[in-house]
Amino acid sequence: MSVNRREPLIRVENLGKKFGSSTVLEGVNVDIYKGDVVFVVGPSGSGKSTFLRCLNRLEEPTSGHIYFEGTDITGPKVDIDQHRQKMGMVFQQFNLFPHMNIMKNLTLAPMKLQNKSKEEAEATAMSLLQRVGLADRADAYPSQLSGGQKQRIAIVRALAMKPDVMLFDEPTSALDPEMVGEVLNVMRELAREHMTMVVVTHEMGFAREVATRVMFMEGGNFLEEAPPEEFFGHPKNDRLKSFLSKVL
Amino acid sequence: MSQAIYDNFIKDDRWRYITDGLQVTLEVTFFSVLIGIVIGFLVAVVRSTYDKTGKLKVLNAVCKVYLTVIRGTPVLVQLMIIYFVIFGSVNISKVIVAVISFGINSGAYVAEIFRSGIMSIDQGQFEAGRSLGFNYVQTMWYIIMPQALKNVLPALGNEFISLLKETSVGSYIALQDLTKGGDIIRSRTYDAFTPLIAVALIYLALVMLFSWLIQILERRLRQSER
Repeated sequence: MSVNRREPLIRVENLGKKFGSSTVLEGVNVDIYKGDVVFVVGPSGSGKSTFLRCLNRLEEPTSGHIYFEGTDITGPKVDIDQHRQKMGMVFQQFNLFPHMNIMKNLTLAPMKLQNKSKEEAEATAMSLLQRVGLADRADAYPSQLSGGQKQRIAIVRALAMKPDVMLFDEPTSALDPEMVGEVLNVMRELAREHMTMVVVTHEMGFAREVATRVMFMEGGNFLEEAPPEEFFGHPKNDRLKSFLSKVL
Repeated sequence: MSQAIYDNFIKDDRWRYITDGLQVTLEVTFFSVLIGIVIGFLVAVVRSTYDKTGKLKVLNAVCKVYLTVIRGTPVLVQLMIIYFVIFGSVNISKVIVAVISFGINSGAYVAEIFRSGIMSIDQGQFEAGRSLGFNYVQTMWYIIMPQALKNVLPALGNEFISLLKETSVGSYIALQDLTKGGDIIRSRTYDAFTPLIAVALIYLALVMLFSWLIQILERRLRQSER
């Protein structure tokens, strides 16, 4: 299916999510276009991770619709696994598979889900590893890597599926400060190549530098959205102003 | 002493009660463990699928009844019910009855071992698998199970060891296992000490052997992790 500029890659319509009786998201509407680098910021507990996890239905939305490449992926008969192959996800805790070496981590999904041959999958994996400077660690196990290395591997594991969008759930929050940079570099590179990205993060400086759109979430909905210069330079919403005064 | 050994083991080829019995004990243990692993695996998958997704409600209820009944009644009673009640009017090999009984019994314990192994794997592993596009079964198979199995191998080894000893209650249905072999010699020679101590030593040696093997296995597994 071709996605033109007018049609959003992801359209979120009236999305709601409740955990038991507590409402985490309510009435969220967003359009994300191809090539967008959307940063979602906000205080903890505001629902930004839940929002991100609803996009590929790791959290089941309780109401509303999510359209991905024109298909309502919240519909009852949708094969969500098919769509997830096109939505890469990177987690705060990396979640590499500890029982497989790096090469297997990267080739498992392409081989099993996209019927890639071993040679093809490994060639793709190798070139991805070279891009993030970890080609020499192909035979290592996750436990032998540093946090920053693990997260870079986690990013290329998602990229190996050739996704149309990458979702990042606080990708640097579990890292030692000196390892944050190497992960941000990889993400910066991706943004430069016009990968569509949705990033939940606390890295305001990075958001300012890389984002095409920054969105402020609080209390389960987006209160403000703007290009980064405007978002950080001339915030309108009072709660965003007070949030920025605390984090900048 | 040498006279006792001659009377109990050499005379009339009585050692055959021990060796034949040992063979039966090992056979029953081995096949019971196989059945136990198959049942335990299936029950654990049903139970943890229900825990994780809320699906398989009916099957989960069936599994729960199975676990409650099997773990709530003595294995000897189960064995006698299967032999005298279920197969009461059928002419069937006692070895098969024992394998079925101990297999069903062991399955309940193995199920909980497997389940704890599955539940011990971080939820993030599951989410990572699903986020790549693997369905529930594929995620279980490629990502969760290999890690869970590795975690529970030592516990499974211990289950094998307890089952090995447990099969001695098979004597109650006159299963000619190692214990029964010793008992038959005792009834022939009126010497309780020699054959029963011999039987005990054989069990002990087996248990020590298998414990040692499990230890080696555990060490191997730990090494491959680092």
